[in-house]
Amino acid sequence: MDILTLFVIVPVITIVALMAVRNKSYFRVVALAGFIVQTLMSFNLIYQYLQERASGNNDIFVFTKDVIWFAPLNIHYAIGVDGISVLMIMLTSVIVLAGIFISWQVDDLPKEFFISLIVLSSGVFGFFISYDLFTMFVFYEIAVIPMYLLIGIWGSGPREYAAMKLTLMLMGASAILLIGILGLYFYSAPDGGQLTFNIFEIAKVNLPVSMQRLFFPFVFVGFGVIGALFPFHTWSPDGHASAPTAVSMLHAGVLMKLGGYGIFRIAMFLMPEGTHFWADFFLVLAIIGVVYGALAAIKQTDLKYINAYSSVSHLGLVLLGLLMINNIAWKGAMIQSLSHGFITAMFFAMIGIIYGRTHTRIVSKMSGLLVIIPVIGVLYVLAGLANLGLPGFSGFVAEMNIFVGAFQHSDTFHRVITILAASSIVVTAVYILRLVGKILMGPPMEEYANLPGITWYEKTGTFILLFFITLIGTMPLWFGKILSDSIIPFIERL
Amino acid sequence: MNWNQIFLMRQELFLTIVILLMLIADILVSDKKALNKIAIALFALQTVFGFFSVYEGSLFGGMYVTDSLTFAFKNILNIGVFLIVLQSASFLDKNLSEIKKVGEFYIILFSSLLGIYFMISAGHFLILYLGLELSILPISALAAYELYNRKSSEAAIKLILSAAISSGVFLFGITILYADAGSLYLKDMNGNLSLTYFSIMGMVFMFSGLAFKISLVPFHFWTADVYEGAPTAVSNYLSVISKAGAVFILVVLLFVSLRSMVDIWKYMIYGITVLTMFVGNFFALRQQNLKRFLAFSSIAQAGFITMALLSVDRLGVSSIIYFLAIYIFSNIGAFGVVEAVALKTGKENIDDYKGLYRTNPMVSLVLMLSLFSLAGIPPVAGFFGKFFLYTAAASKGYYALVFIAVVNVTISLYYYLIVVRAAFLRKSEKPIPYFKSDIYMKTSLFIVTIALLVMGLFSPFYEYIYDISNIVNF
Repeated sequence: MDILTLFVIVPVITIVALMAVRNKSYFRVVALAGFIVQTLMSFNLIYQYLQERASGNNDIFVFTKDVIWFAPLNIHYAIGVDGISVLMIMLTSVIVLAGIFISWQVDDLPKEFFISLIVLSSGVFGFFISYDLFTMFVFYEIAVIPMYLLIGIWGSGPREYAAMKLTLMLMGASAILLIGILGLYFYSAPDGGQLTFNIFEIAKVNLPVSMQRLFFPFVFVGFGVIGALFPFHTWSPDGHASAPTAVSMLHAGVLMKLGGYGIFRIAMFLMPEGTHFWADFFLVLAIIGVVYGALAAIKQTDLKYINAYSSVSHLGLVLLGLLMINNIAWKGAMIQSLSHGFITAMFFAMIGIIYGRTHTRIVSKMSGLLVIIPVIGVLYVLAGLANLGLPGFSGFVAEMNIFVGAFQHSDTFHRVITILAASSIVVTAVYILRLVGKILMGPPMEEYANLPGITWYEKTGTFILLFFITLIGTMPLWFGKILSDSIIPFIERL
Repeated sequence: MNWNQIFLMRQELFLTIVILLMLIADILVSDKKALNKIAIALFALQTVFGFFSVYEGSLFGGMYVTDSLTFAFKNILNIGVFLIVLQSASFLDKNLSEIKKVGEFYIILFSSLLGIYFMISAGHFLILYLGLELSILPISALAAYELYNRKSSEAAIKLILSAAISSGVFLFGITILYADAGSLYLKDMNGNLSLTYFSIMGMVFMFSGLAFKISLVPFHFWTADVYEGAPTAVSNYLSVISKAGAVFILVVLLFVSLRSMVDIWKYMIYGITVLTMFVGNFFALRQQNLKRFLAFSSIAQAGFITMALLSVDRLGVSSIIYFLAIYIFSNIGAFGVVEAVALKTGKENIDDYKGLYRTNPMVSLVLMLSLFSLAGIPPVAGFFGKFFLYTAAASKGYYALVFIAVVNVTISLYYYLIVVRAAFLRKSEKPIPYFKSDIYMKTSLFIVTIALLVMGLFSPFYEYIYDISNIVNF
C-alpha cells in the first residue's frame, strides 16, 4: 500500500471500526485514534517529501501512482503530492484532530457525527492527492455532501436552511465546475489522440486560446464558490454560523481551501491564457470580497458571523494573491491558505468553547469574561491577534507576502487594488479589537460568575492549533521553502 | 432451423417455462404463501441461468436477434425483476387476506418481462410491436391488483388507455416508415429512408409512441397518477424495468433504424430532453406523496438519459445502458423503502418520514443512498452514471445542454434532500415506530445497497458494457 492511498484507506478503516463499536463512550476514542494515526502519517509525509526532494527528485509530483480506473474514457486513479499538497494534508489532519478534541462531548448520535466528519476529511485528503480531474472531482463531491448532515443534524439556529443553502450552492458550483472539466477533457487531444483527465498530460497540450477563455470562468467560479468568491460567498456565513463547532473549524479551515487550491492547480495551471484574460475581472471580485467581508464583519453581532465574514475577507486575499500572478504573491496566497486554516479553526474553537459556557454568541450579552475564564480569554485574544495579522503569528507572514507580491505590479489598477486590500487589515483590527474589548474586558457580568474553566480536551485542541499558528509565524522560511519548489512549474507556465 | 439455434432464445424459453410452472404451481399448491417462495426460487433460477455463456445470432430470418448487449441487458433486467419479485412477495404476503390471488401476480409480471425480452431482441418491427404490447398490457392488470382500492383501478384504466393510444401511435409511425422504406427490418430501414416530411412524420409518431412508455414530457401525464395508484411493486416495475426496456429499444431505433435522420431527430431529442428535465424536476419539488414524488423524479431521470442519445456513438450507448443499470437499483431501493414503510404503517407522505432515522436507521440509510444515487452524488453509483451521460453529450459539443442538465441536477438535489431532511434532520412527536421488515424486503434492500456502493467504484462493469455496446458498426 503506498503512502498516499493510506490517507483514503485509514478513514475507511476508522469508519468500519466505528460501526463495529457498540459502547457509546468509545466512539470518540476510536475516531481520535484514527485521526492521530492520520496526523502522524501527514507529518511522515512531509518528512518523506523533503527526503525525496533532497535526493534530487525534481518531478512536479512525487510519490505518484497511476492506476487505470475507467479504461474506455481513460479515467485514472492518479495520485501524487507536491509541496502545496503535503502542507494542505497536514493542515487537514491537524484541524480534524483538533476538531475531534473540541467535539469531545457530542452526545447526539455521536457515531454518525464522527463518521460524517471522517467521510468529509477523506474527501479532502483525496482531493489534495489526486491529479486526475475525474478523481479529484469525485473526492471534491465526497467532501461536500457530509456537510449537509453535519450542519443539518448537529447544527444550531436556522440549521436546515443553512445546510440546504450551503449544499445547493456548493453542489451547484461543482456542477459548473464539471462543465469546465469536461471542456478540458475534450480539448485534451487536439490531434485526435487519447483524451485524458490527467492534469500533467493536459498541460502538455496547447489548448486553443478561445477555449481557455470560454472554460476558465467555469472552473474558476466552480472552485471560487467554495473559496468564498464574491458574490457567491453567501452560503458561508450562514453555514458557519449554524454548524457545530468542529464542523465550522473543518469547513472554514479546510474545505474552503479546496477553492484556492483548485483554482491554482486546475484553472490557472491548465489555462494560462484564460488566466491572463480573466485575471483583472476576478481581481475586482476578489477585492470586493476582501473589503466587503471586513466591513460586514464590523456590523455583525454574532461571534460566529463575525468570524465567518472575516473568513470571506481573508479568503478573498488568497484569491487576490493567486490572481496577482507572481511568485511572491502565490507563495503568500498558499501560506495564507494554511495560516487562515489554523487561525480560523482556532477562532471557531474558541467561540465554541465560549458558547458552550455562556449559551449565547451575541456580543452585547457578554462582558468581562477575561476575569471569569482567564485561560479561555487569553487564548481568544491570541486567536484574535493572529487573525489581525500580528507579527509572530502566521497571518502576518502570509499577508505580507501577498501585499509585497501585489505591489510588484506598477500599474494603477493593481496599485489601487493592493492599497484597498491592505486597508482591510486596518478594518480587521477594528472589529477584532472591539470584539475583544467588548466581551473580555469591561465589568464581569453577574450571571456568568460561575462559568467552568477550560477542560483538558478543549485545551489540547486549541493548543495544537496555536502551536502551528506560531510555528508558521516564526518559521516562515521553512514553509516557504517547501512551497517555492512547487510553485516553479506554475511560474514556468504563466 | 435446428435445435441448436432455438437455444439462442433460451432466456425467453426458460422464462416461458417459469411462467408455465407458475401456472401449474398455482393450481397444485394450496398454500398461497408457498407460492411466493416458489416464484422467488423459479425466478432466481432464471436470473442465474441467464448468466451462462453468450451466443450471438439471429433466428426466424432475422426477426429475432441476440448479441452480447441484448444478453447483458436482459440479465440486468432479470436482476431488477428479481428484486421487484422479492418486494412483491413482501407485499402479497402482507395483503394476502384481501388480495387472495398470488400466483397470477407473478404470471402476469413474468409475461410482461417476456414481452420486454422480445422487444429488446427484435430485429423486425413485428416482433418489436408484439413485444411492446405484451410488455405493457399485463402491467395494466397488475396496476388494478389492489381490488379493494379505487385508486388502483383508476391507475389501471389510465395506464391501459394511454398504453393503447401510444401503441396505436407507434404502430402508425411504423406504417408510415414502412411505406417509405419498404422494409420492416430494423437494420434495413436506415439505408432505404428518404428524408421527406412523410418519413419524418413517421419518425415523430414512432418516437411519440415510445415516449409514452418512457414518460418523456409532454407524454408523461399518466405517470404520476398511475404510480400513485398502482401497488408500489408495480409502480416500481413500471418506473425501472418497463422504462429501461423502452429506452433500450429507443436507442436501437434511433441509432440503427433512423440513423440517417440524425440531423432531424437530434433537435427533437434536444428539445424533449430540456423539457423533460425541467418539467419533471419542477413538479417533483412540490410533491408530498412519495410515490408521486418518485414518479416525477423518474420523469426527470428520463430526461438525463435522452441527453446521451445525442452522442450517437458507442459512448452514448454504453453510458445509457450503464446508467439504466444503476438507475434500476437506485429506484428499486427508493421504492422499496417506500413500500417497506407503507406495508407496516400505511404512510406514504414525506412528512410522515420525520425522524425515521432515529427509529429505523437501516431503512433510512438505504433510502438516503438510493436518493443520493438518483441525485448523482459520489461515492454512490449514480454519480458515475450521470457523469458518463454528461460526457456522452459533451463529446459532441453539447455544452449548453450539459449546463442545463447540471442546473437540473442541482434542482433535483434540492428535492432529494427534502426527503433526506425529513428522515434525518427532523424530529417528530410521533415518528414511524421501529419495525421489522420480512426477509424478502430485507434481502432486496440489502442487494440494492451493496449494488449501489459497488457498481460505480467497480469499473470493470462499465468497461464490459462499453465493450459490448457495439449495436451498430460505428
